[in-house]
This record gives sequence, C-alpha cells and structure tokens, in this order.
Amino acid sequence: MNFDLSDEQKMLGEQARGLLSARSTFDRLRALIDAGFEWDEPLWRELAEMGFLGAAIPEVHGGLGMSELDLAVISQELGRANAALPFFSSIVLAADAIRLAGSDAQQSEWLPKLARGEIVACFAYAEGSAGWTGGAVKARLANARLIGTKTPVADGGVADIAVVLTEVGGEPGLALVRLDQPGVTRVKLASFDQLRAHYSLIFDGAAAEVLDAQPAREVLDQLFDRAAVQAAFEGVGGAEACLYMARDYAMERQIFGRSLAGYQAIKHKLADVYAGVELARSAAFYGAWAAADGGNELPAAAAAARLQAIDAFERAARENIQVHGGIGYTFEANCHFYYRRERTLALSLGGRERWADRLIAHLPDLRSEAPDHAKAA
Amino acid sequence: MDFKDTPEEAAFRTTARAWLAANAPEFELPAGVHIEDAEEIRLGRAWLARKTANRYGSILLPETYGGRGGTIMEAVVFAEEEGRYRLPRGAYVGIGIGMAIPTILKHGRSDQVERFVGPTLRGEMTWCQLFSEPSAGSDLAGLRTRAVKDDAADEWVVNGQKVWSSWAHLTDWGVLIARTDVSVPKHKGLTFFVVDMKTPGIQVRPIRQISGLKDFNETFLTDVRIPDTNRIGAVGEGWACAMTLLTGERLGQGGEGKDRGIIDLIRFAAQTPRAEATALDNSAVRLALAGAYAEEQAEKHFQARLRTMISRGENPGAAASIVKLIYSNRYQKTSGLAMEIREMAGIAHAPDDTFTPELWYDYIWSTALRIAGGADEVLRNQIAERVLGMPGEVRTDKNVAFDKL
Ligand SMILES: Cc1cc2nc3c(=O)[nH]c(=O)nc-3n(C[C@H](O)[C@H](O)[C@H](O)COP(=O)(O)OP(=O)(O)OC[C@H]3O[C@@H](n4cnc5c(N)ncnc54)[C@H](O)[C@@H]3O)c2cc1C
Repeated sequence: MNFDLSDEQKMLGEQARGLLSARSTFDRLRALIDAGFEWDEPLWRELAEMGFLGAAIPEVHGGLGMSELDLAVISQELGRANAALPFFSSIVLAADAIRLAGSDAQQSEWLPKLARGEIVACFAYAEGSAGWTGGAVKARLANARLIGTKTPVADGGVADIAVVLTEVGGEPGLALVRLDQPGVTRVKLASFDQLRAHYSLIFDGAAAEVLDAQPAREVLDQLFDRAAVQAAFEGVGGAEACLYMARDYAMERQIFGRSLAGYQAIKHKLADVYAGVELARSAAFYGAWAAADGGNELPAAAAAARLQAIDAFERAARENIQVHGGIGYTFEANCHFYYRRERTLALSLGGRERWADRLIAHLPDLRSEAPDHAKAA
Repeated sequence: MDFKDTPEEAAFRTTARAWLAANAPEFELPAGVHIEDAEEIRLGRAWLARKTANRYGSILLPETYGGRGGTIMEAVVFAEEEGRYRLPRGAYVGIGIGMAIPTILKHGRSDQVERFVGPTLRGEMTWCQLFSEPSAGSDLAGLRTRAVKDDAADEWVVNGQKVWSSWAHLTDWGVLIARTDVSVPKHKGLTFFVVDMKTPGIQVRPIRQISGLKDFNETFLTDVRIPDTNRIGAVGEGWACAMTLLTGERLGQGGEGKDRGIIDLIRFAAQTPRAEATALDNSAVRLALAGAYAEEQAEKHFQARLRTMISRGENPGAAASIVKLIYSNRYQKTSGLAMEIREMAGIAHAPDDTFTPELWYDYIWSTALRIAGGADEVLRNQIAERVLGMPGEVRTDKNVAFDKL
C-alpha cells in the first residue's frame, strides 16, 4: 500500500500550476468574459506544447501515455485556476471516447490532432432535462447521417468535431461528426458559467461515422466513470482554491479590532471546508487508482469520488463568498468564478442522484445475505 | 500510488486472517446484548493475552517489549482483519495499549518500562485515565487535583476529584495528571503519575449514563499516597506527557471498534419493505445513504494517506483530527436515519427485534464520541489553527500563575 502521488506526479502538478497561475490569472478571466471569448486559445496552445493535452493519450497516437493519475493532477490544477479551456470536453471525454470505442484508424486519425491541440472536440450526450440514459436519447444515426438535437453541449462553439451519443440500429452508439458542415447548426445558449459556453447542436442529416471498435453499451459506463474521477479532481482543485482564498481574506480583514480569521464562526467553517477537501481528495485518489488499475472497483470508486467532490466544492464555493462579505458579491473579487464553475461541474455528467444510484447499484450483494439483525426484525 | 497489498502485506494478511479465524471466535461479544462489565473486561484481558502470546498484541512495539516489531502497514492490516470480529477491545484495554504504554515508553525510566509494559500487553494490568475533572475537560490544564511531595517518605500525597473515568471501577492502574506547582502558569505546574487503583484513599463511584450503562465514574482521591517511583517524567513535565498520551489516543481513533459500516445500513434499507418496493428505493434515503457511504470510503482512504505519511516518518499533525470529527458526526446522523427507516418501529420495538436496540445504542453513544477525546469544537479549532494557520483563541489565562487566575 502506498497512498500518495509519486514525486513525478507532484512535479507535473507543480508545472501545471506554475503555468496556469502565470497565464490564467483572474484578471485574464475577467478580460475573457468582457471580450465574450469562449476559451483562452493561446493558453490552450501552451498546454499542448507542454504535453498536457496528450498526457494520457497513448504514445503511438502522439501522446505521452501517462496514467489517469497524471491526468488527474492536471485536472486538479485546471480546477484550481478555474481555467477557461475545453480540457474536460476535448481530452477527458471526447479523446477518451475515441480511445475506448474507436478503431485503430479512427484513433490514429484523431488522437494525435487532439493531443497537439490542433483541433478541439466536444462530447454531446445530453438532450435537455430528459438526460441520456434509457430511452431518452432521440438522436438517430442511419446511413452515416445523423439527425437530432443534443443540448446542452459544453464547448460546442469552439469545437471542430463532436463525439455524439446517438441511437444506431436500436442500440446506443457513439458517432464522430465534423461540425463545419451544412447539416450542423450551433445555437449558443445562455450558460451559468461565463467561462464554459454551452451550445445546442442541431444535426439535420450531418455526415457522421460510428466509433465501432467496441459497442458503445460496453464503453459508456466506463467513459462516464473515468470522467467522473477527473471531474472530482477538478472540483477538489476548485474547492482548495476557495478554501485558501477565504482563509487569506479572513487573515487580512480586521473586524471589531481584530482579525476576522480569529473568530470561531469563521475558523470552524473553514475547518469543515478543509475536512471536506481532504476527504474528497482521498476519494478522488482512490477513483483514479481504480481507473488506472482497471479492476472492477471503478464504478463504486468513481461514484464515491464524484459525490464527495460535489459536496466539498459546493460548500467551499458558498462559504468563500460568505467569508468575503459584500466584496464577495462583486465581479472584481474572484469568488464568483468558482461559485459558477461549481454548479457547472456538479450538474455535468449527472448530479448527486445519478451517482448515488450508480454507487448503490455497485455495492456487493445488498439483497442476498441478510444481516442477522434484519432477519430478526 | 497503489491501494493493493504488497506481496509481503498480502502474506501477512493471509497469516493474520488464518490465525484470527482459529482464535478470535471464542472471544467474541454477543450481538445486540450487553454483557456484564466484569465479564467483558475478563474477555478483554484474555483476548489480549492470547494475542500477545502469539505476537499480535502490539504489531508496532519491538519484540523486546513483547510486540511484533512490525510495520505500520502491518498494524493496519491486522486492525482491518481483527475488525471483522466483535472483539472486546474497549477502553479497558485501549487506554493501556494506546495511552499508558506510549507515554511510559517516551517519558518513563527503563525500570518503569520494564515494570508496566509487558504486563499491560499481556492483559495482566488494565488501565483507566484519570485526567478530566468537573472543571477541566477540554481545558484540561485547568485541573485542580493537587499532588504535594512528602520528602521524608519520598511519596506524593494526592487530593482531588476526577470524573468521567471510564472503567475506573474495574481496572488495575490509572494514568493520573495532577498539579504539583500552583505558582506557575497552568500548563507548567503539572506532573504525570501512574497509580495503583487499590491504593487507600481512592474511591470510585459509577455514574449512570444516558445509555443506561454505568461504565464511567467519579473518582475521589483523598490523601492518596503515590511513591515517587511511580512518577513518569520530570516534575512539571506533566503537560508534555499528557500530549504524548492524547496523540496516542488520536491516532488510535477510527479503524478500531465494532461499529457498523454504512453498507449494513444500506442493506438494512434494501430489506425494509415500503409502498415503493423498499426503503432504499426512496430517493431521499438513497441519497443520504450513498452520501454517507461515499464519506466513509473517503475517510478510509484519508486514513490510508495518513498512514503513508507516518510510515515515511512524517507527522500528519492536526490534520489527523479530521477522522474523529467526520466519523462521529456521520455516526450520529446515520444511526438517527436508520431509526427513521424503521418508521415507528424505530421508537418502540417488539421483543424479538435485536436490531433496533443496537440502533438506539449507536444513536446515544454517538453523542459521547462527539465529546470525548477532543470535542468537535476543539478539533475544529485545532484544524483551523494548526493546519490553516489561523489565529489562536483570545486567552486570558496563558501567562498567569495558576493561583492568580
Ligand atoms: C463516554 C465518555 C468517556 C470518557 N472517558 C474519560 C476517561 O476515561 N478519562 C478522562 O479523563 N476523561 C474521560 N472523558 C472526558 C472527556 O475527555 C471530556 O468530556 C472532554 O474532554 C470534554 O470536556 P468536558 O466534558 O469538560 O466539556 P467542556 O470542555 O466543558 O465542553 C463543553 C462544550 O464546550 C465546547 N468547548 C470547549 N472548549 C471550547 C472552545 N475553546 N471553543 C469553543 N467551544 C469549546 C466543547 O466542544 C463542548 O461542546 C470521557 C467522556 C465521555 C463522554
């Protein structure tokens, strides 16, 4: 047993943190919002050059072939910086979908471009409030033509291609679609997170190819579980940023003749935030380990990581504004970035309900083997 | 990162598991019923003796002291395996192993180590903790029990009152902290002793608890004579000894005990009929139990991170306080929820139902866990101050002599 990141992973995290804290400053985020930009394109190029985009993409396809844990370290730093980048869409979801379900030819066509940041992909799964499981998916692929509407799709405006969850011959399927073609209409939505733009993608007979090396049925759960782990790390990074932002502010702020940080109401609040962050980090570690290990613990581990991360980031983002008082409500202070990102992360991939279901569904033999006490009762 | 056992750990787990399967069952406590205190302690001593005879009494202590001389990971593996059984491992053995031994090893002389460590490990000597007083709990250094030296006899004469002394009515020895100098600030005038509970002048009165049990006590000390050879550490070094002891207590928390895992409650909900199939099919119940399960797992992995640090010789410090804080609060919430899942049977049960009384006990005992061994509020202060570096409490008692307070 060894429950810590390796020294190399810690260094990777520091590198990512260094780059992001220099480039993706809060002033930069404000400038992007004011200019109406949907992503920080120059920063994306830098990430690509440093190898971060291809970290977990296999070496044969132009990546570095590192593990989920290395990717997680990067996700955590992107969360800490609240960066305006389509990493989760393009790398965590779309590239992983292509790697899991695509043929060798499809992988070697698309993964190197994604790793180099030459193109951006989005992952289109939801169809409004109905979700995307069971019969909710109405998009249809027939004769290599895609018909249907996916909404909301994160980063749908900046993406060059989309991996689309669609029905193919009565089964769930994953299709790859180029977005610069006549059969595709993109409608920009109003997004709660000003740094993560969502779109409706309307497909009206767009040309599409199926990722057909593996049946989607078999890879979808795995894909979502793996993404949930990365989302958990992004959440932990964001939560930790909120914790120290609140702490630092409280240390400086003088109220009734002494430091705000000396008041127990504030100390205890932040102690609870800290406990939440460390628990969520621990659950996320286990999730990433389970993803890398490839064993059958991934579903429950991913769900637990996801639930803990939602709790931790939610509390941290809320209490951060609370500790700041009135200034926390201003666009000039930095709390709001996380307050909006937190909801975006919490609701993407399905929120608590979905993951609670998934967790319970993957616990061992609940209905067999009655515990002694239940027999008596 | 690797959450799997190394080959050595796996081999140790197999050995320990087989040994436990052959030895543990005869010492197990019955489910759902409380046996007599004296019987429980007898079983506890016997189990400890059996373990120590087979080098499982303390995995970490060196073999010269009767331990196994193992690694921290082996200690974890053994605790996990031992935790599968309902064994008598209450404070009556826990205080000796987790508090008295570490303190004596760190601050005691070699003849004291010789005299106390082996017998404690073999279950021949059981211990209670005489720390808290009516006016000194969280603020332990405010204690008033006085120890005055009788130089002619080379003895200390102790007077005062201790309280909440778990198992003091049945244990052999006590770890005691008393004030030996009132002319210096409160933390400085304290000294640490071990005391034979049969010494004249010690009167132990059981206190009736909210659980209905009586396993903690008021302990009155009237002219109790303690030979100077039973002083541990220097005169005035009591606070440092107490800190060693309380650190042992904190690292021992969690992972121990026969508490119910959340999986049992989930299973229970899945087997409780409701209009909509079972209680587990109710989304509020599902969400609450899944959240609790996720937190329990996270806490387990957090402890694993702490152990990784400790095994490298790093000190996790106050970050370790998270475990008890989170655990005791979850324990209270989930046992309360489990009662709700029973619906009205949760407040009044039939004679053949042995599960509901366990839930009641859990719900009541959880209140003690939030107080004893560092109350919630004290732990939050520690995390805020020592981990997050926030300012300490406003204090009026720090540099003032105790007799001027
Ligand atoms: C079941 C049980 C077994 C025990 N066994 C033993 C034993 O064997 N030996 C022994 O010596 N003691 C034992 N104790 C005592 C235990 O250590 C004390 O109860 C504990 O230290 C709290 O002290 P107190 O009861 O005096 O409460 P107080 O210290 O008076 O606390 C009352 C409340 O004030 C809060 N509080 C305290 N300080 C602060 C602060 N600075 N800021 C904000 N809030 C604060 C506490 O969190 C608590 O909520 C036991 C207690 C229990 C419940």
